[in-house]
Amino acid sequence: MTAEQAIFLFISFVILFSGYLMVTRANLVHSALFLVVALFGVAVIFVLLDAGFLAVVQVLVYIGAIAILMIFAVMLTRGNATEEQESVNTGYGWALLLSSLFAFALIVMLGQWQEIDALAPALSAERDTIVELGTALVSPDGYVIPFEVASVMLLAALIGALVVARPQKKGK
Amino acid sequence: MSFWQDPVNVIGEWIRSFLAGFLPEAWVTFLYTLLSVVIVASFGLIIVIFLIWLERKIAARFQDRLGPNRAGPFGLLQTFADMVKLVTKEDVIPEKADRLAFNIAPILSVVAVLLIWAVIPFASGWIGTDLNVGVLYIAAVGSFGILSVLMAGWSSNNKYALLGAFRAVAQLISYEVPMLITLMVPVLLARSMGMMEMVQDQDLWFIVLAPVSGLIFMVSSIAEIGRTPFDLLEAESEIVAGYHTEYTGMKFGMFFAAEFLHAFTIGVLFAILFLGGWRGPGAEEYRVLGVVYLMLKGLFGYFIVMWVRSTLPRIRIDHMLSFNWKFLTPLALTLLILTALVEKIFEGSAWRVPALLIGNVVVLVISFLIVRVVSRRTAKERVTFKKRPEARPA
Amino acid sequence: MIPLSWFLYLAAGLFALGLYGVLARKNAIAILMGVELMLNAVNINIVAFWRYLTPQSMSGQVFAVMVFAVAAAEVAVGLALVISIYRRRKTVSADEINLMKW
Repeated sequence: MTAEQAIFLFISFVILFSGYLMVTRANLVHSALFLVVALFGVAVIFVLLDAGFLAVVQVLVYIGAIAILMIFAVMLTRGNATEEQESVNTGYGWALLLSSLFAFALIVMLGQWQEIDALAPALSAERDTIVELGTALVSPDGYVIPFEVASVMLLAALIGALVVARPQKKGK
Repeated sequence: MSFWQDPVNVIGEWIRSFLAGFLPEAWVTFLYTLLSVVIVASFGLIIVIFLIWLERKIAARFQDRLGPNRAGPFGLLQTFADMVKLVTKEDVIPEKADRLAFNIAPILSVVAVLLIWAVIPFASGWIGTDLNVGVLYIAAVGSFGILSVLMAGWSSNNKYALLGAFRAVAQLISYEVPMLITLMVPVLLARSMGMMEMVQDQDLWFIVLAPVSGLIFMVSSIAEIGRTPFDLLEAESEIVAGYHTEYTGMKFGMFFAAEFLHAFTIGVLFAILFLGGWRGPGAEEYRVLGVVYLMLKGLFGYFIVMWVRSTLPRIRIDHMLSFNWKFLTPLALTLLILTALVEKIFEGSAWRVPALLIGNVVVLVISFLIVRVVSRRTAKERVTFKKRPEARPA
Repeated sequence: MIPLSWFLYLAAGLFALGLYGVLARKNAIAILMGVELMLNAVNINIVAFWRYLTPQSMSGQVFAVMVFAVAAAEVAVGLALVISIYRRRKTVSADEINLMKW
């Protein structure tokens, strides 16, 4: 076993275990903290996949913004999310069955695929994938239109979130 | 390369060859990396001891006092005395606190700052790891600091701590926006996100090319570390001590050390991004000189932070937010667009530097004019006395 | 060297965990967290396929960036909805938000 494999196994254990804790803990702030651990693990996986930029963006976007927003929302709606309350709904047995069936089906399907044990082709050392990614995002024969659409979508989400969450004026 | 020109790499090579004598290659790399990590991390932690003394001395001078002067020469040993006090104090954990989060939060706050030091270029060729996304990395690890504040405030099970955490998140997330935008200006100028390339590209310090961006970076960084005038997250007259109200002993010491180290780190980052980092006469030749230059420039940035801290009063929370969203963020965006445009138009021409400088000044003047007009138009709040019900004996 | 299959199995497991979270949790915010987990599993797959099958073109990484943008927008709008519902009905439990149910 190489060092990379050992790191991968350790990190995937961390991700799956904290993901498990996330979906089972009744205390929502704990759930959110375990979500942070899992997301950080995914960032490490990106590093293992030679996508350093994505790893950093993962930490910046998910931990710096999304997870903190989650914790903030949990605290704002705290009156109802106390620790003692039942955390799962009545149909959780079906959910368990369905998701384990789904995982089982995925693993079986993956096992039947021949190319699955492919090894990564080496990236040449001179290639600067960040420069390539940046060029791909803004060049006209690359992905400039999806990029612009994504930014418009983010703006729309920003305005939409503001409109939805704005407190209603009294008397209206 | 002689010892005096590059002592670190010479010693490093020596250790490497020493280890290679009796260990396999993989272990040598592992141990060598571990050793470098320990050295860089402890450099940060040790310098805090000196920084705390320095800040107390200088803050005392600002307030016409002497500052620590009993323990050791010039009070240099004061910090050690404080450390002994903190370590020997009882470690109190509130009854209903969330123990796991409560104990992890102070460690996370120190880690968040120390992680920044991994990409700081100390001198030519001396850098923890020269990430090609160094600037983005700095912004990313900053989010662990926010997380630690939130965890500390929530897990203490104390309303003041929670209020402090809420304020902290509002402030830190808001001020991250102009900071990230201004970080992109040096990136544009250097055409790289790597910290080493950023320093190597500064034949002319970036503060000359982007003075207003440097100013915005400084202001939003001060808000990011939560120092006066942005110390709303630990405003002692309103919410006791904010998110670390319930912390005692060494756990409080960790928050304390992290704050000082973060302030100095901000100074060092300012030096790297805008003041040419380790560059200076003879720094390429004798690399230790580069460290000296970097530390001097970093201390200058740190001095500005202290200066602002001892001069300005605390800002009100709604002012804090509107200053960020209505002034800093639009200004930072304008400057980013301006820099990008000027860089493209005057690419390779001799007019690049004056154009950038003039553009910055024009943007600053226009924004101040706008602020003046707006502040004249908005009605001033009248502070009036309201009669309160008198307290009478029943 | 890590074979491609390891990443795919990890992503499958993570996706199933997220699916369970979405289906079983009562709290609307917890459901959103489950969605985040699923999006992350998808992202692992995308980046792994990019690295192992098509490293010469950047489309894999570009797609992962798009997923980040979608995730950020989804959380912003989702949490705004949750907070708005909480203001009106004083609950964030998905079981009790049943006005549209019949």
